[in-house]
Amino acid sequence: MQVTIRSLLTTCFVSSALLGAGAEATAATNPAQKAMEPNPRGQILSLSCASCHGTDGKSVGVIPSFYGKSPEYLETALKDFKSGKRYSTVMGRHAKGYNDEEIHLIAQYFGTVWQNNK
Amino acid sequence: MSHNISRRDFNKLLVTGVAGSALGIFGTIKPAFAAQKRVVVIGGGFGGAAAAKYLKKLDSSISVTLVEPKATFYTCPFSNWVLGGMRTMQDIGHTYTLLKSKYGINVLADSATGIDAAKGTVTLKSGKVLNYDRLIVSPGIDFKWSAIEGYSESVSQTKMPHAYEAGAQTILLHKQLLAMKNGGKVIICPPGNPFRCPPGPYERASLIAHYLKAKKPKSKILILDAKDKFSKQGLFKKGWDTLYPGMIEWRSGPTGGKVTKVDAGSMSVTTDFGVEKGDVINIIPPQQAGKIAFKAGLTDASGWCPVNPSTFESTIHPGIHVIGDACIAGAMPKSGFAASSQGKVAAASIIRLFQGKEPAPPSLVNTCYSLIGTDYGISVAGVYSLSPTGIIEVPGSGGLTPMDADADHLREEAMFAEGWYKNISQDIWG
Ligand SMILES: Cc1cc2nc3c(=O)[nH]c(=O)nc-3n(C[C@H](O)[C@H](O)[C@H](O)COP(=O)(O)OP(=O)(O)OC[C@H]3O[C@@H](n4cnc5c(N)ncnc54)[C@H](O)[C@@H]3O)c2cc1C
Repeated sequence: MQVTIRSLLTTCFVSSALLGAGAEATAATNPAQKAMEPNPRGQILSLSCASCHGTDGKSVGVIPSFYGKSPEYLETALKDFKSGKRYSTVMGRHAKGYNDEEIHLIAQYFGTVWQNNK
Repeated sequence: MSHNISRRDFNKLLVTGVAGSALGIFGTIKPAFAAQKRVVVIGGGFGGAAAAKYLKKLDSSISVTLVEPKATFYTCPFSNWVLGGMRTMQDIGHTYTLLKSKYGINVLADSATGIDAAKGTVTLKSGKVLNYDRLIVSPGIDFKWSAIEGYSESVSQTKMPHAYEAGAQTILLHKQLLAMKNGGKVIICPPGNPFRCPPGPYERASLIAHYLKAKKPKSKILILDAKDKFSKQGLFKKGWDTLYPGMIEWRSGPTGGKVTKVDAGSMSVTTDFGVEKGDVINIIPPQQAGKIAFKAGLTDASGWCPVNPSTFESTIHPGIHVIGDACIAGAMPKSGFAASSQGKVAAASIIRLFQGKEPAPPSLVNTCYSLIGTDYGISVAGVYSLSPTGIIEVPGSGGLTPMDADADHLREEAMFAEGWYKNISQDIWG
């Protein structure tokens, strides 16, 4: 029996790649794992908020907490700060930095991130 | 190129192949094995500690080693409050206990002495060598000691503190203020741009005035500035007129503010317009990226580190991300808030890169609160995003406390300054 190294290597590579992909697929379909995977843009938009509002929106000081709020509540609040409908000293200046789609992503992130901590 | 091989070699290859794919599987399920990614972080300040914590928080499978020589990190933010007598040193000290115990970060009380970007290694003062897949460098600033004639590190440690790194320097300046006579003169000398915390020297003048007004009301503060304007200038001046009328004088660079020489013996400073004597003299020298950034060749001619504005990866040495004061971050000021925001962007980007995925476009934030008096807070805020020219402030966002803000507004901002400090320190070290 004569085989070539190249075809063999290809086979080995493909099989391990497939096995690897299989393992990943299992992890991704596991609901607990899936909940851990936030939208990457939503995540990067949201992480800085913690500096004033606390990690995951759980404030330990006088600045309002929003941990545990729903995505709908957060989206409305951010839009109202942006328009000035809701009074603020500082928050309006921040909210003006985001368009509607970004506000939606931020609201989705913080509106769900606390569920993973349960 | 194909080679004919024998049946025996074929069997051997199969075994290797199987072992290889088995490793692959374990790598996916249990990354503590061969595939575990290693990140080393140099510096446990606002940038580095935030990056280390968020790497672990977002992907606990990554091995994170944080190198920081200090057992307790004293924050520059709120160190002006210590000078004003509103906080103690203990209030502004943070340790790495929780980063170790709660997040599983390997914290080494050591300093980095060398980086080999080609080999992917960091050498520590103890002699230990660390291997990394990605490195984050957040060493803060270093001072250009020779920029002002007569000033030196030893003068800063004995007679004229900079107090621009918190700790022993803060304590020295505070002691000098406590020992000063009523009717004494405090001179503060801020540098030209860019430097750490653009509103820092002016918040400092405000809170020293707060202390002097209560305890030594005949005293004066003279700010000799290398610049011709400064951060939140209108708001600061209005606050000074309201709370400390006649106590604080600010001189711009072109009107005799630029200090070229100091004399520790006679406690005096020299400007183009003459010599000024002070009872307490606070020299804030011009700055550049922390030493290790120079040693590793991460800086450019400006003395700061050029980075890819999306991931904060060095444009000089791939695989190394530079964040915080040391990096060139476009429109962002050098602040603790900015450093931690950059640390989080770097952490999220590194995780995506490890997954072979493209990092998400960055979004960054800064707010610098400054306290002028107990119930008098002001701020500058900014949201930043990526443009073809680098990091810019999102048009229409951010900005300053309004000039006509009423007392309630200013009181709320003072409370928020305190709230910000609690949350950011908890978010980074807690
Ligand atoms: C008076 C004052 C007031 C300020 N107020 C505010 C404020 O209100 N809000 C705000 O946002 N910012 C404020 N800042 C700015 C803020 O302190 C800095 O911007 C921030 O600390 C920058 O973070 P960093 O991670 O770049 O550096 P740092 O926080 O300075 O951290 C750098 C760390 O790296 C370590 N290090 C250095 N070299 C090595 C090495 N070779 N090996 C290992 N470790 C090393 C150092 O020990 C240090 O702990 C203020 C600054 C001053 C001076």
